[in-house]
Amino acid sequence: MTNLLFLIPAALFLGGIGLAAFLWSLKSGQFDDLDGAAERILHDDDEDED
Amino acid sequence: MSCCATGTGLAPEPALQGRDAELAEMVRHPREGSSFLQLAVPAMHCGGCVAKIEREIGRLPGVANVRANLGARRVALEWRGAAARAGELARAIEELGFDVHPVDPDAEADGEKRAMRDLLMRLAVAAFAAMNIMLLSVSVWSGAEDATRDLMHLISAVIAVPAVAVAGRPFFASALSVLAHRRLNMDVPISLAVLLALGASLYEALTGGVEAYFDAAVMLLALLLVGRVLERTMRARARDAVGRLARLAPRGAQVVGADGADRWVPLAEIGPGDVVRVAAGERVPTDGVVTTGASALDRSLVTGESVAERVGAGDAVEAGVLNLSAPLELRVTAAAEDSSLATIARLIEAAEQRRGRMMRLADAAARIYAPAVHLVGLVTFLAWLALGAGWHAALWTAISVLVITCPCALGLAAPMAQVVASGVLFRRGVMLKGGDALERLAVADHAVLDKTGTLTLGRPVLAGEVTDDDLALAAGLARTSRHPLSAAVVAAARARGLRAQPVGVVEEFPGCGLIGRHGGAEVRLGAADWLGVGDDGPGGDGSGGAGAGSDGQEVWLETGGRHVRLSFEDGLRPGAKELGAALAAEGIRSEIVSGDRAPAVRALAGTLGIADWTARVTPEAKIARVDALRGEGRKVLMVGDGLNDAAALAAAHVSMAPASAADAGRAAADLVFFGESLDAVPLARRVARAARRVTLQNFALAGIYNLIAIPIAVTGNAGPLAAAIAMSLSSLVVVGNALRLNLVAPAPEGPREAAPGMRGAEAVTA
Repeated sequence: MTNLLFLIPAALFLGGIGLAAFLWSLKSGQFDDLDGAAERILHDDDEDED
Repeated sequence: MSCCATGTGLAPEPALQGRDAELAEMVRHPREGSSFLQLAVPAMHCGGCVAKIEREIGRLPGVANVRANLGARRVALEWRGAAARAGELARAIEELGFDVHPVDPDAEADGEKRAMRDLLMRLAVAAFAAMNIMLLSVSVWSGAEDATRDLMHLISAVIAVPAVAVAGRPFFASALSVLAHRRLNMDVPISLAVLLALGASLYEALTGGVEAYFDAAVMLLALLLVGRVLERTMRARARDAVGRLARLAPRGAQVVGADGADRWVPLAEIGPGDVVRVAAGERVPTDGVVTTGASALDRSLVTGESVAERVGAGDAVEAGVLNLSAPLELRVTAAAEDSSLATIARLIEAAEQRRGRMMRLADAAARIYAPAVHLVGLVTFLAWLALGAGWHAALWTAISVLVITCPCALGLAAPMAQVVASGVLFRRGVMLKGGDALERLAVADHAVLDKTGTLTLGRPVLAGEVTDDDLALAAGLARTSRHPLSAAVVAAARARGLRAQPVGVVEEFPGCGLIGRHGGAEVRLGAADWLGVGDDGPGGDGSGGAGAGSDGQEVWLETGGRHVRLSFEDGLRPGAKELGAALAAEGIRSEIVSGDRAPAVRALAGTLGIADWTARVTPEAKIARVDALRGEGRKVLMVGDGLNDAAALAAAHVSMAPASAADAGRAAADLVFFGESLDAVPLARRVARAARRVTLQNFALAGIYNLIAIPIAVTGNAGPLAAAIAMSLSSLVVVGNALRLNLVAPAPEGPREAAPGMRGAEAVTA
């Protein structure tokens, strides 16, 4: 059992990465306009017609 | 594209006029040499609009950043150079076909967004901690012993303590502030349970105890934060889209100086005696008397009357009235804060204060629940102590009672039902301002309906028979005019799929009509008396103007010596005929209270089959009517749109307004529906009642759960594992029950009906 203990820091580390990623995306405004993001994906940036 | 933009900041700036000056005032400068402006663009409704605005505006020289926010219907612009370009950029967006409104940069919306981010951050921390502690707890529950168990507990403690400090703050702060006022709310038992559980578990972990509640404490916070986030989402959803977009009155006006030149002056500095110039298409800034000019005015905002009125020198005009056809000069008679508009704003404020806040269901539940839980916990502690169990065991059992009874399910019960219900309504084009609006709508039993703009469309619709050729010609003339009847002609032509005929340069004679040329001959569109056909046409009552007859408004088209009559009526809103019966089926009595003339109201009441009606009602009398009904113990649902309804909307138990309503009306109403159909009213009522039912069911479920859990916990048989299972199970049941609300009013099917609200919004702002 004791040799499985390394899993605890591993789990915490991976979870921590997830948490940090979420907090970063929150801070950079990615959750500010969820409707817009859903629509934007449908439009090419360089498409030149309506 | 040169980024040096030579001279934008150096050239002497020309004096700004009207709206341009207003916009420039709202520009902020986040960085040296760069300007930032937010605009509300309510007609933006799809990814196509977003792409179009960002692409076209981003192309303009000097524009550094354009970002459209579809959820909030806002566009944020940043450009290099002076604030003076604001007006030019706003016009560029308008040329793409979107109306823009200035957004007050200091409004509270920003704080709201920050609060939401803050909550999400805390939720993320709590969820992260809960998952990891749960992982460690599993090993304890599956039989870890001695040193392993102590290690697991210690690691859990290291995660839990900072997590609780971060995630629990909103609850602790609220509990403290309530306790300071010697009252109780749901946050008090929550804070107590979390802190006691954490403290006792910490003691156990350090002394090698067997059980610990780290997982329960953090999970509790995570689940409750979900409830908070849901609640806030729902408020933000409505506010962004229908908030106070523009002010009722302009922020300033062109004041004519002694030398005859105009100068833009902020509203607060305009006083009686000043002469202001109001261009066609602008709103009158404050009460005044016309000195020069003649024009048609749209008074619908103020009086609720849809017929445009002609004014000339010597006529009094009120603040907020829209000048339709020609420039006017006014001598100001009242400073802005004394204007009729300001009076109405004060009425609204007073009405809002008078309206007794109904206690929300969740608060009502908390009021019974919180003391009960504390009492049970305390009794458990004392009883175990009395039975000789010792301090440690007695306290531990009491804590397990607090943790297990902690109101996760209760905290989710109301917000979850409200969010699902508001989502259902949102998809059908109805926005609401808050969860309590649904609760109030569910108990309404008397509807007060406004006429113009609410039961009717509030704008003229072509009614009589006209040939396609004549209509196309009339549309060619009408295209250039702002008059409501002109707009109706153009709309009718568009509805028939006609192309407006080219008529050369059109000349507009305010209050009379339009002249253009078609096929070498002069064509005219205008009032009967102006065209000399007044004698044989009805409605020649002298008040004239381009169609100011009593019931049938009309204009005449003169082409090739012929006179063609175009008549208009104020069209009924779709769903108006069924409204009375639909509300009656919901147990709501209806009555019409209108500012319009008696014959018009009587005719409409007859058509709709609504027996009770009152005509010629002033805004004050509307409030008095609502107050009187409340005095009789009735819960009034007010449906109205105008500025004259705004105070009554605020005074009513619950209120609804169409999105086409005056800004004040929308701001005062609890629910706003996009789209033209009044079906939204019975629909919202149905959903509100279903939401109330589900909320009560959820409280009952939470109650049953407690009836089972409390005896087990009080007798000392519930451990951390039981708490974890019970907590998540009861929350899932409550959430699942709330999701059933989606079945009450399924989203309309088929692509044609996909987004009625959005199409409505477009039509309204077009």
